[in-house]
Amino acid sequence: MQLSTPARILGGTIGLGAVFAAPAFAADPGTMDVTINIPRLKVAEYHKPYVAIWVEKAGAKAKTVAVWYDYDMKANEGTKWLRDVRQWWRAAGRSMTFPANGITGATRAPGAHKVSFSRAQLGATAPGAYTLVIEAAREVGGRELLRIPFTWPAKAGAGGRAAGTTELGAVSVAFR
Amino acid sequence: MKKRIWGFAATAALAALVAVPASAHRQWMMPSSTVLSGDDVWVTVDAAVSNDLFYFEHQPLRLDTMKAWAPDGTEAAIENKATGRYRSTFDVHLTQKGTWRIASVSDGVMGSYDLGGKTERLPRGTTTANLAERIPAGATNVKTAESNNRNEIFVTVGEPTTTLFKPTGKGIELVPVTHPNDLIAGEAATFQFLLDGKPVAGLPVTLIPGGIRYRDQLGQVDLKTGADGKVEINWAEPGLYWLNVTTPQTERAEGAPEPATPQRRASYVTTLEVLAP
Repeated sequence: MQLSTPARILGGTIGLGAVFAAPAFAADPGTMDVTINIPRLKVAEYHKPYVAIWVEKAGAKAKTVAVWYDYDMKANEGTKWLRDVRQWWRAAGRSMTFPANGITGATRAPGAHKVSFSRAQLGATAPGAYTLVIEAAREVGGRELLRIPFTWPAKAGAGGRAAGTTELGAVSVAFR
Repeated sequence: MKKRIWGFAATAALAALVAVPASAHRQWMMPSSTVLSGDDVWVTVDAAVSNDLFYFEHQPLRLDTMKAWAPDGTEAAIENKATGRYRSTFDVHLTQKGTWRIASVSDGVMGSYDLGGKTERLPRGTTTANLAERIPAGATNVKTAESNNRNEIFVTVGEPTTTLFKPTGKGIELVPVTHPNDLIAGEAATFQFLLDGKPVAGLPVTLIPGGIRYRDQLGQVDLKTGADGKVEINWAEPGLYWLNVTTPQTERAEGAPEPATPQRRASYVTTLEVLAP
């Protein structure tokens, strides 16, 4: 499998998802945009955090949509620390294999990052209540987890936000 | 007290620059006890390099330079040495009453020189003793800086003693104002740090409580030595603490090139046990 840039991996699947969702509900949003702020920290030894993004629904298996980690180390060594994203690891990660197509991505630098997921990617094809969960764990640093509830079908526009205090900044979702 | 310590991690956020780390991960030694009684006394020490304190999950600490000193200053044996995949372990038979030192000290020289129009780096393992033979004839623009790393712990049988704290005058060393084996939660402790035998103000002191795996925040406390090289620490909770003192590191943006002139570097690591009152 080729993993040249994470943006391309995500970009490819998003386009596909949008095409799928569009015809059935022309007016309904088919895509969720997630904006994740990674805070800049003044620490002696900084490593970009591992971040997992997944979707939970009561009674259903957790659906991982993105994992940012050191995917390009020799012998897949970066996967050693995936378990430190510990709630995600228990909910979904430990039954997955890595790299995971369309899910694996590179760690991101401090700043705002927008990623987009189709309704199919989110595993939210059935109408109902869902929760988007974002968990960040930093090597020689801390860990933080944020939850943003959403429902599908969704209304276009802003759709919920949460703010971290240590390892994550503001995280918001919007539908289009 | 607890609140104050945890507060540090949060306020550390949002700065334009990050200090580029000299080396990743934390190295540490963990003794089976620091305060001991009895007549036939042993201590077992685990030694590793890891992310979480004090869990051996990354690399063992090599024991090549590990030594122990009895309270009267004589060198003692490191027994039952073993180095596994994730940790090293060894025993010291504490045959004297008083405070023992167990330490791994490494000194080196970093630097570069120009030869034949090219800049060459000094190889690893260069020391002040072999520096002269490692610089080839005709080398110009020789730049060197010394580095000293000390990782040590103290354990005490019976009453704490201070005969072992006579500074060597090299690298960063701890001088007890409060004895490192007489630490109790709720009581402030003061240590003095010397760089090359002299107290230095402004040395960064990092303190991290053990048990990282089971909490979300590091709980790191960042302090700086005062004018007299001293630092006061208020222990919020009993437990093991990792203490690291380094020479100040120049902050530069991530990815920026290393400074042309090598910097004098020294690092000090110890594990302190704070007992419950």
